[in-house]
Amino acid sequence: MTSVAATTRVPHAHHDDRSFLRKYIFSTDHKIIGIQFLFVSLFFLLLGGVLAMQMRWQLGFPGKPMPGGGLLPESMAAGGVILPEYYVQLVSMHGTFMVFFAIMPLLVGVYANFLIPLKIGAHDMAFPRINMASFWAAFAAGLLMFASLFVPEGGIRSGWTNYAPLSARPDLSGVTIGQLLWCVSIVVLGLSSVMGSVNYITTIINHRAPGMTWFRMPLSVWALFITAILAVLALPVLQGAAILLLFDQTIGTHFFDPAAGGQALLWQHLFWFFGHPEVYILILPAMGMVSDIVANGSRKPIFGYHSMVFAIIAIAFLGWLVWGHHMFMSGMNPTLGSSFMVSTLVIAVPSAVKVFNWMGTMWRGNLRFHVPMLNATAFVAMFVIGGLSGIYMAATPVDMFIHDTYFIVAHLHYVLFGGSLFALFAAIPYWFPKMFGRMMSERWGKVHFWLTFVFYNLTFFPMHILGNAGHMRRIYDPTQYDFLKPYQPMNEFISIAAFLLFATQLIFFVNFWYSLFKGEKAPQNPWEDNGLEWSLPSPAPHGNWERVPTVYRGPYEFSSPEVSDRDYLPQHEKRPTDREPASTTAPSH
Amino acid sequence: MTHATATVDLMRPPFPAEPGSGVYSNKLGMWVFLASDVMFFTALIGTYIILRFGVSQPWAHPNAVLNVPLTAFNTFLLICSSVSMVKAFAAISQGDQRGLKLWLLITILAGASFVSVQVVEYIKLVGHGFTPAGFREGSTLAEHAVSDPVKYGAATAGLYGSTFFTMTGFHGFHVTCGVISMTYLYFTKVLPGKYSRQDYRGIETIGLYWHFVDLVWIILFTIVYLI
Amino acid sequence: MHWWLPLKGSTFAGDIDGLFLAILIITGIAFVVVEAGLIWFVIKYRQRPGRKAFYTHGNTRAEVIWTTIPAVTMVALGLISNHYWVRIKGRNSVPANAYPIAIHAKQFEWQVTYPGADGQLGTPDDFTVRNQLHVPVGRPVVVHLSSEDVIHSFFVPVFRVKQDAVPGMDIKAWFQATVPGQYELGCAELCGMGHYRMRAQVFVHTPEEYDAWMKQAAQEAKQ
Repeated sequence: MTSVAATTRVPHAHHDDRSFLRKYIFSTDHKIIGIQFLFVSLFFLLLGGVLAMQMRWQLGFPGKPMPGGGLLPESMAAGGVILPEYYVQLVSMHGTFMVFFAIMPLLVGVYANFLIPLKIGAHDMAFPRINMASFWAAFAAGLLMFASLFVPEGGIRSGWTNYAPLSARPDLSGVTIGQLLWCVSIVVLGLSSVMGSVNYITTIINHRAPGMTWFRMPLSVWALFITAILAVLALPVLQGAAILLLFDQTIGTHFFDPAAGGQALLWQHLFWFFGHPEVYILILPAMGMVSDIVANGSRKPIFGYHSMVFAIIAIAFLGWLVWGHHMFMSGMNPTLGSSFMVSTLVIAVPSAVKVFNWMGTMWRGNLRFHVPMLNATAFVAMFVIGGLSGIYMAATPVDMFIHDTYFIVAHLHYVLFGGSLFALFAAIPYWFPKMFGRMMSERWGKVHFWLTFVFYNLTFFPMHILGNAGHMRRIYDPTQYDFLKPYQPMNEFISIAAFLLFATQLIFFVNFWYSLFKGEKAPQNPWEDNGLEWSLPSPAPHGNWERVPTVYRGPYEFSSPEVSDRDYLPQHEKRPTDREPASTTAPSH
Repeated sequence: MTHATATVDLMRPPFPAEPGSGVYSNKLGMWVFLASDVMFFTALIGTYIILRFGVSQPWAHPNAVLNVPLTAFNTFLLICSSVSMVKAFAAISQGDQRGLKLWLLITILAGASFVSVQVVEYIKLVGHGFTPAGFREGSTLAEHAVSDPVKYGAATAGLYGSTFFTMTGFHGFHVTCGVISMTYLYFTKVLPGKYSRQDYRGIETIGLYWHFVDLVWIILFTIVYLI
Repeated sequence: MHWWLPLKGSTFAGDIDGLFLAILIITGIAFVVVEAGLIWFVIKYRQRPGRKAFYTHGNTRAEVIWTTIPAVTMVALGLISNHYWVRIKGRNSVPANAYPIAIHAKQFEWQVTYPGADGQLGTPDDFTVRNQLHVPVGRPVVVHLSSEDVIHSFFVPVFRVKQDAVPGMDIKAWFQATVPGQYELGCAELCGMGHYRMRAQVFVHTPEEYDAWMKQAAQEAKQ
């Protein structure tokens, strides 16, 4: 990695006389809000991992006292041995934290906030105070969910999907307060998400710099834009469902109570009507950021920019029509199952297009394997597995066998870990210099990457085989079943790989914290990228630009024949042949 | 903070012709928020439709349980408040401060009255024994339901109570939020005369919200009180 | 420990496994093409001094090809899958002569009700056995699933059959066992803390054995 001198005028830093509290805590600066989201959601990522490790201990070594299990109260782990009621809580809270408080805020909370204004050339979000409220609402939601671990009976025990009527009946699930906290937390999180998304959408539509036309926007911004549309339409449905669930337990309504005419499947329809768009909320931003990083690492324009954009739009649109594929075995009308199967198979097409376009981008490139590029390449390789394994469960007859088995667990982790999390391992070091003015260590980044790549596959790939054997999800003790007993060595193997995978993540956390204070000082444009954010000093100053830059071209002009002395051409760099955009009344102050 | 505020102010209209939508951000943001609110009510109304038309037993006749004429009056009140909101908007777009003050005050009062009537209605309903859990045991409604289970939808009373209070309650919550926001604007912006012929975005934005809430009510009134 | 699907114990297990294999081949080809391509590109086009990347924004023909091939494959796969789906789970898929058994699921057990000697459910000679599913080989069996409390899922891996039991709903699932023997039935939907131990034994009997068992079990149930 070579640093380059700024090719354009360096804006001088703004004079910033805000108090510490306004600057770092109650900040309305989109970059600080993004960083706040980063710290909080990394905490929840770690917490989700700790919960997963306990599950893996129980699955690999059922009935054996867990190291450190003695620290847990007897009601959770008797003599250090995890109890079934604690195990189902681990399952449920791991999913809840990872989906709602780790991956979603890491992708959207952090990068929509941090990147959108920087990449479209805006001073800040359209509604900075609403943006701040969005963070604090998410924080409150996280605290409520975290608190549910410590109340009597602990957190929910009905899976992250919280299926009614189990979730609606404390007498059957054994959870009272934890369930209420879950519902309230989700409602507050929904508010946060809607506030954030309103901001992202408005900002992208209204606050692009002169010359930043729709088809000059980086794919990361496109993906975040479409994600925000999904979020703004999907989260209220989940909020509605959570409110109904809350009312069933507090004011005596009967929405999910079959005895009084309520419908058990109603929850599933509402949940998955939200839930499937949610799945794309969890992957589209990752795809967008990976597109930016793959083009940068390949030193080539992204292959098929327009089809990449249309693929994102197609995925987002089709994402609304596939929720029933989570319910093939639920007793839903089988004819509906047929149509959901077809829409689900069709949604594989835009995903395939994206994979081929990433490959097309790398083809005949000049690949620089910096840490972000390594992780982005791994994203492509792993997302392919997660995408292809989705076809098995889309085919309803096969789903009849693999539904609710470890095959599903393998699939969703290939998408969420192999996809979203690898994208984050690419994005975090990539934009770290712009956030903190320092570089993360390349060497430790590479060590972390390779170990993660190996242990991740050793952990999750064998789960496909467990699924093929009929190993059900969410069971506390697989050795209860004779047909699963022979697979216990594999469970043990997976658990050991998972422990190593977890241990490897500590390298990342240490690298992150060390680099925050001691990392090498970052140059302005360490990756030699074209995006507008790299026209700012590292870290980007409050208010971003003195004067919003003018955009003359798309974001992926790498190795352009127009320039001979270097292989990139920033979006804001004016070439002699460039004309000013139709309107250049850029706001300035 | 002055700095950030100044930055944002600069991004207000007039916008460059391209890019930018030509719709100022507050209004655009409100439209996006309303889209999200549509989905929220879709979830509630969809639930109502699934539960009501998914059960085989008869559903209570609205007239049997609810006070339809009172709510019809309330509906009229809310529609009037939408009209007065339009008048307030028309006034300030002509620069008429007095008109704005008058019509917005009428809108606030009509909204507040709507909520008050709804609260009174709830109290009466609960008094008769209609609760979110169904007909309270030993109440007048429970007795009626025993004598005429078809008219009172005895078997589906639980679902009726659940959906009725959830839908109308959340609508009432939206009206309340609107009244509070308008009152806040009334004292901080309208009375001090901060809106003008050139800048009446706050009024237009809250107006959008108010009309939306009104529209939702018309739908709810139709499906809950009339059908 | 096998690395492949369990024993094929029902008439449609072969179809499902065949479809699984077909998808494995399709996805296997896609997997190899993509991963091999990636590895090849990673090695061949890695950064070298003096190299400049090939400047291109895409190729419409290539993009049309790699959109069409997956699209056609997916639609074809959908049609094939649907053919089996309708036969296995379709509304009218339950064979007319299917032998009825009622299974009532509750936390955390399966209550299996047999039709008794008359072969009809809902008659006085019905009897219920806890956590034991006995079925005759070579005869379609229709299971009437219901649930007492929460959602459970009836799952017999060797039959490749899975169906949720939902409170408030009466759902039918059918299968025809092909291999006599003793297997396991599990709950596949998280139903509470005892989810993991909600299992039952499945016995597939020859017709003679089944009749004998039926006589004996009905006798025991009466006592």
